[in-house]
Amino acid sequence: MNPGLRRWVFLAGAAGLVAFYLWGLTGLPGFGDYPGPYGFIINRIAVAQTRATGVVSAVNFDYRGIDTLGEEFILLAAAAGVSVVLRRLRGERERSAVDEAADRDVPSTSSAVRMLALLFAGPVVVVGWWLASHAQTSPSGGFQGGVILATAFILVYLSGEFLVFERFSPVALTEVVEAAGAAGFAAIGVSAVARGLPYLYNFLPLGSTPGAVSSSGTIVLISFFVGLEVAAAFILIVGELLEQTLLIRQRGG
Amino acid sequence: MQYFPFVVVAWILVIGLYGIVTSRHLVHLIMCLIVVQSSTYVLLLGVGYVTGAVAPYFYDVPVHTPAVDPVVQALALTDVVVEAAVTALLLAFAIQAHKRFGTLDPQELVSLKG
Repeated sequence: MNPGLRRWVFLAGAAGLVAFYLWGLTGLPGFGDYPGPYGFIINRIAVAQTRATGVVSAVNFDYRGIDTLGEEFILLAAAAGVSVVLRRLRGERERSAVDEAADRDVPSTSSAVRMLALLFAGPVVVVGWWLASHAQTSPSGGFQGGVILATAFILVYLSGEFLVFERFSPVALTEVVEAAGAAGFAAIGVSAVARGLPYLYNFLPLGSTPGAVSSSGTIVLISFFVGLEVAAAFILIVGELLEQTLLIRQRGG
Repeated sequence: MQYFPFVVVAWILVIGLYGIVTSRHLVHLIMCLIVVQSSTYVLLLGVGYVTGAVAPYFYDVPVHTPAVDPVVQALALTDVVVEAAVTALLLAFAIQAHKRFGTLDPQELVSLKG
């Protein structure tokens, strides 16, 4: 199909889609008129039931725990997929980065970038850890904290070089951490079953103060494991992409 | 203005789809897919919004304060992380497509296959 025709077919389809969508909107409650009842019910009962003041985390790691488990495994599968797709293929070889053009200088990392990256690496770990461990309190949790933890390792790459990044996050160790994160989440669910309770039932002591770091039972624990899994998955993905750019070459190239 | 955020959803969705349909570069196509997916965030958060309500966090507000729907917020949250990982996977495919076919133009990729 030529590009012009393709565009016209698309515009016709999109016009139909938008027309039906707008027509459908007229039958929906307007913006701000959320009719409920599920959101209202959960907001009303979540704090008393789970002792978590962050209701979004309570939904993610408790009420909708099994959905989140599925989403976490999408992440696991995607990270594994990146590793598989970017493996060293036949006809490629791996070698460490050397100058391809000896007559051109590689611009070295500026000291400003090194300085800032080193300066931020520590605080980023603290913020990531803080977010991953406060899911029950405030807008945070394992997903956000994990991504921020992973950026600490990317800052190491920025301030040093790929080989330092690899030493800080060896692939084997990162893979083990990722697997442990995913398995930990599933294991919490199984240990509830072992006690004769429903899968992912919040069986740990809830604590007495809503929103305290020690409160909300399995929510904290699941958030921690999700944080591990997300951080390791993103470090793996970034590592694979960097390895692809820096180390893998066509044979004979 | 009552439906304005939902009209924005349609706009983001259609402009992203337009980008996908007319794309001449796989990386651009993947970015357009992210735009399409962003429309779901606006939709989810728009659906659960309650006028004048607070965020569903009761750490420093009383428990019975009206708050927006936390379920759609939880959906949007996991959506963002999964999208980032899936994007990485798609970019990995783009790298291998470029290695194998020497082009990233989806329209040329189609004609190469035949």
